[in-house]
Amino acid sequence: MTRLAGWGRTPAASASVVTPSSEEALVELLGRGPLCARGLGRSYGDAAQLAGGTVADLTGLDEIGPIDDAGLVTLGAGASVDALLAVSLPEGWFVPVTPGTRQVTMGGAVAADVHGKNHHRDGSFGSHVESLRLATPRGVFDVSPAVDPDLFWATVGGMGLTGIVTRVRLRLLRVESDVVLVDTERFDDLDGVMAAMVEGDERYRYSVAWVDCTARGSRTGRAVLTRGDHAPAGADAPRAPRAGRLSVPFVAPPGLLNRLSVRAFNEAWFRRAPRHAVAEPHSIGGFFHPLDGVADWNRLYGPRGFLQYQFVVPEGAGDTVRAVVERLARSGLVSFLAVLKRFGPGDPGHLSFPLAGWTLALDLPVGAPSLPGELDALDELVLSVGGRVYLAKDARLAPAKVEAMYPRLEEWRAVRGRVDPEGVLSSDLARRLHLVGR
Amino acid sequence: MENAFGQPQSVVVLGGTSEIARAIVRKLCAARAEVVVLAGRDPARLAEAAREAEEYGAARTEVVVVDAEDPASAGPAVAAAFERVGAPVDLVIVAVGALGDQSEFENDPAEATRMVTVNMTWPVAALTAVRTRLLAQGHGRILVITSVAAVRVRRSMYLYAGAKAGLDRLCQGMSDSLVGTGVRLQLVRPGFVRTKMTAGQKEAPFTTGPNEVAEYVVRGLSSNAPVIWSPPVLRYLFMVVRHLPAAVWRRVADL
Repeated sequence: MTRLAGWGRTPAASASVVTPSSEEALVELLGRGPLCARGLGRSYGDAAQLAGGTVADLTGLDEIGPIDDAGLVTLGAGASVDALLAVSLPEGWFVPVTPGTRQVTMGGAVAADVHGKNHHRDGSFGSHVESLRLATPRGVFDVSPAVDPDLFWATVGGMGLTGIVTRVRLRLLRVESDVVLVDTERFDDLDGVMAAMVEGDERYRYSVAWVDCTARGSRTGRAVLTRGDHAPAGADAPRAPRAGRLSVPFVAPPGLLNRLSVRAFNEAWFRRAPRHAVAEPHSIGGFFHPLDGVADWNRLYGPRGFLQYQFVVPEGAGDTVRAVVERLARSGLVSFLAVLKRFGPGDPGHLSFPLAGWTLALDLPVGAPSLPGELDALDELVLSVGGRVYLAKDARLAPAKVEAMYPRLEEWRAVRGRVDPEGVLSSDLARRLHLVGR
Repeated sequence: MENAFGQPQSVVVLGGTSEIARAIVRKLCAARAEVVVLAGRDPARLAEAAREAEEYGAARTEVVVVDAEDPASAGPAVAAAFERVGAPVDLVIVAVGALGDQSEFENDPAEATRMVTVNMTWPVAALTAVRTRLLAQGHGRILVITSVAAVRVRRSMYLYAGAKAGLDRLCQGMSDSLVGTGVRLQLVRPGFVRTKMTAGQKEAPFTTGPNEVAEYVVRGLSSNAPVIWSPPVLRYLFMVVRHLPAAVWRRVADL
């Protein structure tokens, strides 16, 4: 038995971890009993663990096929964005969607239907997947938006519970350089940054705002907005992003990230940002994956771990974002820089998280006695305007709220029932939220 | 499954009619607890505690009748409780115990045996069975309610406090045996708590009610503290008390 936890280092579980080296080995595992797929363990909560069961570590299925002229590439489920970029960027191809870290696998990106800073224009990961190969207890299937679309879209965002992805055929994005030209603007309050995003996001492929949730009073929700696109061809050919050189060698003592230290960090970070800068060149790593620069940064949160609370509210519900930020500032809870983004329309994934509107993500250390109740209250706010929280980040949602947040859950269960009637595929997340029924 | 705050969805309580355990269960049911199985001696009081758990939000409750004076009953009682949950058990609360007025029975060997059985032997037998099951589950949490009295045993209640001390020390070792397994054992050391068990006794400094203990326990589930003191200040007080010379302790202990 091996001890596993999510990126937030919260609920721990022991499971027997196996590393299948082929699809056949995986199919054999599916015949044996409760099984959960795991990639690089970047889900924040308990999505990639199954206490007392078997966890299939798929990082061994990491082959990366040749990239054809149209930018199509076939990848093993365990291949990471990092490994893909190392091969593809020198050839002038970029991933169509990247989350805030390169350390995610293709299987994980499909299962969580991850999004990036370009969601408002390009949608989430699933929209760029040409087809999938899926190992289920009822057989191995090749699915796509044209072939068995129900199973395809149940799998995109399906948290690994409709089968285990073994191969992904992905459409890449043509780029001419490894540089992103970034415009930066600083705003003294939330209204300013939200107005700027509504007004100008369409002009940029990438857009994200970092919000200071510790600032109070007239500076509540002050933010730095960064927007940009890939630079045209420069003097040098594009190169793969470099690995970070820093790491956190041990788990920090509890309380290192407290109200004072986080507020000081947020202050310094806000002041460091230029008030207004245009077309500054940033590296791929610096712009898309700033936290990859420090390995094991999750250890900074200490032995109790942390959680990320990410929600989305529909287009007209910007006031809810404001209400959440104000509530947090008043509560005195410690929240590292929050990330605010606009989503474009969601894809047909039954349990896919994004929907057209606003999404806010907050990193919160576990420990404050008021935190559980405060987050339950935020759930109510989000739910009351038709919003939802992101399952890939969740570690504490009340099961009763899942169905309201994901109204197509029953439909998804029916698709899943077709390929896994005995309920072989499971996870602690699935059991905690009763995703697959009780 | 428990969440990031250590809030369980399924709970087994050994000593289910204990007022401290009931206060904890009320808070857990108001949070995420769905299934609660209560084991104890008195069917009527168990039923009342079960009803209360449902009022506070439990979707299903069950009771298991067991006599903590018979250590042989511990293993089967644990098996029955886990079976009634019918799913992984997230939290086991061990709240079995007996106090009484020691001056009335301290010369009776049978009573001395009974005190040690109920406060230590039965809980240890039960914990042994619980530990095996949780290890197989790959996750789970155990709360063992001992007492600050276990930190420094005093003359007027050495049978109770001594037995609790045995349980307390044994659990420290058991807790260490679980590191890295996904299973966690936490000790709860309340000070004087106003309950039926302590009715008629003289209150000590830092006396609390069961709800305050429950509040510190819920915080402890989130912080993973190996020992949950209630109130927390007792941790520092007993750092001093533990090192008092015996002659001084004899004079101040039962003031």
